[in-house]
Amino acid sequence: MAVEAFLSAAIAHSARPVATATGERAGIRLLLIAIALAFLGFFLFLPLVAVFVEAFREGAAAYAASLAEPETAAAIRLTLTVAAIAVPLNLVFGVAAAWSIAKFEFKGKAFLITLIDLPFSVSPVIAGLVYVLLFGAGSALGPWLKAHGIEVLFAVPGIVLATVFVTFPFVARELIPLMQEQGSGDEEAAISLGASGWQTFWHVTLPNIRWGLLYGVLLCNARAMGEFGAVSVVSGRIRGLTNTMPLQVEILYNEYNSVAAFAVASLLAMLALVTLGLKSLLEHRFADAIAAKNH
Amino acid sequence: MAAALTGAGWRFRRPSVIPGFGLTLGFTLVYLSLIVLIPLSGIVWRSASLGTAQFWAIATDERTVKALKISFGASLLAATVNVLFGTVVAWVLVRYRFPGRRLVDAVVDLPFALPTAVAGIALTAIYAPNGWIGSLLAPYGIKVAFTPLGIVIALIFIGLPFVVRTVQPVMEEIDKEVEEVAATLGAHRFQTIARVILPGLAPAILTGYALAFARAVGEYGSVIFIAGNIPYVSEIAPLLIVIRLEEYDYAAATGIAAIMLAISFAMLFVINLLQAWSRRRYGYGG
Repeated sequence: MAVEAFLSAAIAHSARPVATATGERAGIRLLLIAIALAFLGFFLFLPLVAVFVEAFREGAAAYAASLAEPETAAAIRLTLTVAAIAVPLNLVFGVAAAWSIAKFEFKGKAFLITLIDLPFSVSPVIAGLVYVLLFGAGSALGPWLKAHGIEVLFAVPGIVLATVFVTFPFVARELIPLMQEQGSGDEEAAISLGASGWQTFWHVTLPNIRWGLLYGVLLCNARAMGEFGAVSVVSGRIRGLTNTMPLQVEILYNEYNSVAAFAVASLLAMLALVTLGLKSLLEHRFADAIAAKNH
Repeated sequence: MAAALTGAGWRFRRPSVIPGFGLTLGFTLVYLSLIVLIPLSGIVWRSASLGTAQFWAIATDERTVKALKISFGASLLAATVNVLFGTVVAWVLVRYRFPGRRLVDAVVDLPFALPTAVAGIALTAIYAPNGWIGSLLAPYGIKVAFTPLGIVIALIFIGLPFVVRTVQPVMEEIDKEVEEVAATLGAHRFQTIARVILPGLAPAILTGYALAFARAVGEYGSVIFIAGNIPYVSEIAPLLIVIRLEEYDYAAATGIAAIMLAISFAMLFVINLLQAWSRRRYGYGG
C-alpha cells in the first residue's frame, strides 16, 4: 500500500527511536502526523480530487463539450473582465494606502488599518446587500439611475463593485507590514539626492516591494475570480450576461448537469492550484521580500 | 492639506521629507469611503429607519432566530474542531520533518484559494449518500449532506487555514530552551507541552478560533449546496438574507444583516483585543 510505504519512509526520515528532552517518542510523532494527514486528506485533498473525478465522469469529450457551451464561455469571459477591473483598482488602492500608512506617522493610523480590514469581517452576502440597498429600486439613487438609463444592479458594474468590496484589503494588507518593516531610509536617501516623488516610487520603492505586491495581487485575483456570495446577490443571474464562473457552477449544478458544473469548477480549481503553487514559490524563494510569513 | 492640519501643540502627523502624504492618504480615504464605508453605513441607516417595533419583529421572528442559531451553533462547532485539529496540523508542520511536508504546508491554504462554490459542490459530492464518504456512513444511518452536519463539514473546510496560519508562526517562535529547562527540571514531555508550550500558544489559538468562527458565521457559498436548506432545520442566516431579498422584503433582509454585522464587529473587537493581549504578553501576535 502507498500509505504504508509513506509511513515507513516517514519513520526512516524523521523519527528517532527514543524520546529526546524536547521531542516526542516516535510512536507519538507518527500518530500525530497520521492524524494531521488524515484530517487534511478528508477535508482538503478529497474535495479537490472529487472536482476532477466528477468533471471527467463521462469522459474527456463530455468535459470539453460542456466547456464549449456559449453560456459557459460567456461566464468565463465575464469572470476575466471583472477580475481585470477589480484587481488593478485594489492594487492602486493598496499601494496608496500602504504608502501613506507605512511612510508617515499620523494620528488614527491603527483605526484606519482596522477600517481597511473591515470587508474581511463582513459576510459576502451582506457585501452584496449593501449595494442592493444603495442602488436598488427602493434607494435614493435608484430612481435617478433608472431615469438616466444607468444599470448598476443585475449588470456588470454591480458585479465589479461587489468584487472590489470583497477583495478590498488583500493588496493593502500585504504591503502595509512589508513597507513598515522596510522603513523609509531608501526613499529618504533618494529624495535627498534630488529624485522626485514619482522617481523615488518607481525606481526605489517599487523594486523593493514587487514580490510582496505580486503576492497580494495573486490572492486578490483568486478571490476576485472565485467570489460567489456577494456576486450572486447583485448579479440577477441573467444567463450569458451576468453569470460569472462560480454562478455558472451553481446554475448547472442546480439543473443536475453535474458534469458541466464540475467542468467549470475544475477550471476554478486549477486557478486555485496555480495560485497556491505561485504563492508557496514566493514564500520560499522570496521569503525576505514578502510580509506573508510575518503577520 | 498637511500644513493646515499641523497645529502648534497638536500635530496630525510627524514631519517627513517623503512626499505624497496628502495624495495617498486622500485617495485612500476617498476610495475607502466610496467602496466600504458609505455602502456599509447604508445598512445601519436603513435598519435605524425600520423603527424599534418592526426591527424587534424581524429579530424575534422564529425563522430568523432559528437561522441565527444554526449559523452560530454550526460555526462554534466547526471552529472547535478546527482548533483541535488545526493545532495538531500546525505542530506537525512546525516540529516534524516528513516527505511531502512542503506540499502539505501549501495545501493548508487551499480553502483560501478554492472558490467557495467549488468547495460546496465537491463536499456535497463526497458526503452525499452515494458519495465516497457518504456511502460509507449511510449503512450506519449517518447522513451528512443535506443535514446540519453538512453545514459543519463545509465550515470546517473554510475555517481550517485561519487556525493553522495563526498558530503556526507563533509555534515557530517558541524558544526551545524553555522546553529544555522544563525537561531538565524533571518535567515529563507531556507536562512540558500542557503547562509550558500550550499556555504560550493560548492567545494565538484563541485568535485562530475567533477568526475561524467569524469567517464561518458569514459563509454562504460552500454551505448552501451541502446544507439542504430546510427552513428551521438547516437554513443559515446569510441564506435567509438572500431569500428575503428575493422576496423583495428589504426590511427583513436589512434587519438580519444588521444583527449579523453587529455580531461580526463585536467579534472583530474581540480579535483585536486578543492580538493586543498576545503582543503585550508574549511579544508576538497573529
